[in-house]
Amino acid sequence: MKLQAWKDKAVKLLLLGAASTSILVVLLIFLFLGREAFPFLKEPGIKALFDTRWIPVSFQKVRFGLLPLFTGSLLITGLATLITIPFSVFGAIYIAEMARPAEREFLKPFIEILAAIPSVVLGFFGLIVLAPLVKSIFHLYSGLNAFTGALLLALMAIPTVISISEDAIRSVPISYKNASLALGASELQTILRVTVPAALPGIIAAVMLGMGRIIGETMVVLMVTGNAGIVTLMPFESVRTMTATIAAEMGEVSFGSIHYSALFCVGVVLLLITFGLNLVSQRVLKKYGMMQ
Amino acid sequence: MKNRPFEILIKNLLRATTYCIVIFIGYILFDIIRKGLPAINWEFISGFPRKSGSEGGIFPAIVGTLYLLFGTMLTALPLGIASAVYLSEYARQTLFTRSIRLAIITLAGVPSIVFGLFGLGMFVIFFGFGASILAGSLTLACMVLPTIIVASEEALRAVPQSLREGSLALGATQWQTIWKNVLPYSLSGMLTGSILGIGRAAGETAPILLTVAAFFLPKLPQSIFDQVMALPYHLYILATQHPEAHKVRPLQYGTALVLLALVISLSSGAMLLRSYFRRKYRW
Repeated sequence: MKLQAWKDKAVKLLLLGAASTSILVVLLIFLFLGREAFPFLKEPGIKALFDTRWIPVSFQKVRFGLLPLFTGSLLITGLATLITIPFSVFGAIYIAEMARPAEREFLKPFIEILAAIPSVVLGFFGLIVLAPLVKSIFHLYSGLNAFTGALLLALMAIPTVISISEDAIRSVPISYKNASLALGASELQTILRVTVPAALPGIIAAVMLGMGRIIGETMVVLMVTGNAGIVTLMPFESVRTMTATIAAEMGEVSFGSIHYSALFCVGVVLLLITFGLNLVSQRVLKKYGMMQ
Repeated sequence: MKNRPFEILIKNLLRATTYCIVIFIGYILFDIIRKGLPAINWEFISGFPRKSGSEGGIFPAIVGTLYLLFGTMLTALPLGIASAVYLSEYARQTLFTRSIRLAIITLAGVPSIVFGLFGLGMFVIFFGFGASILAGSLTLACMVLPTIIVASEEALRAVPQSLREGSLALGATQWQTIWKNVLPYSLSGMLTGSILGIGRAAGETAPILLTVAAFFLPKLPQSIFDQVMALPYHLYILATQHPEAHKVRPLQYGTALVLLALVISLSSGAMLLRSYFRRKYRW
């Protein structure tokens, strides 16, 4: 009996240890990103990051301004979110409230497949099929621009946003709907005036989680946005995002150089942005009791 | 009643939007299958690449991806399942438990390229593993950990409380209860949920870009400290870095199809198994 009790304690401690790894990994991510980014903050100093140009390799003067990368990420995230919202919200309303059961059984897994398509395959499809299409439709010089990237990123975010929004819509108490229907409102009026407003916090949180995915996505933007490091807010310009910069340049820098350290600074900024977005959206989901 | 046509219009608009997404997904799958199938033959699957990937097969990339998947599973599954058991069976609402939950949510939102940077800084450089299977698998394991924990917790929650109470009432310790009465009924759910998460890791490019992937390496790895080729990275290289990108188009489509087939068969297999087990254990 005594032995059993000891064994029980030991197992509990072991499991506790395993559960703590998540905390450990988060701390280590912050620690190691900070460690590699730190030399940059010491030598050129944090002010260098506020430059307006990103020219990491140059014969005259290297410049590490985050502004073009930041506006690039911002533009693409904004565009992709604008595309994501109507498609996911309409889709979620349809699947949750209007589709027949058999239709739901087909639609849900099919849209889940979209989430399983690797981003590099989507990027490849964008490069070969979508970019030439965008080019010819809008009579552009090149199809590799922010708009093409945003279309594909929206596609990546849609499954996440639909699935969380749908959960939010379905978690609205049935009594709300019944009350509305009993008062003589039509089915559509009930959905648009009662169900969706009640689920709105969940939908907003879903969109924010989707934005987190979009801003952190690498391969699609690396492959289809053209990667010109200019400050622009025009959708048909070529842009370069923070993620693509890290992926494209990390392979060529020497360890410990200023450029190497600058890329880790980009990583830290990216980490802080997604951390913030994630935290706020989880707060919202939790506050309104809409965690799955 | 006078709004009837308007209602039908809106309803059809919503339906059209939803099916618009479906058609788009369908078209992507169709395009890749149609152009990828002709490239696939035995030599492509089992052969080694030649002339920096312009000819030959993708065997090392397939093997590399499978090794990475295996390494990821080996580290992330036990850790994730153990975390979930602790969180769902032992943890009380303490500050520590809340910190674990916050950490899991945070990890789930970290961009894949940041995991790549982390893996580079910690496993490749600090621990001195170099660009290797070990560094890549550990990086991917950190990335899929939250998915596995969430899926496993869900499976544990599905086991009715009465099973635990019955066992405890008979005098079993908590661990005996979990081992004999909870885990056997939840393991299938944990595994299928986890495979869904791990399947996604197979298609990730950004983390392995910095920690393991080799550009062109026409041999199989000898140890866990070797670099490997991997399908997603191979596709990226063929599509964007290859000097004659147009000429190798069939190889690109072939690689994309193999990768897609691997990832989708993993996830849809897991989904089917999940619905089978859900029907089997109905309380």
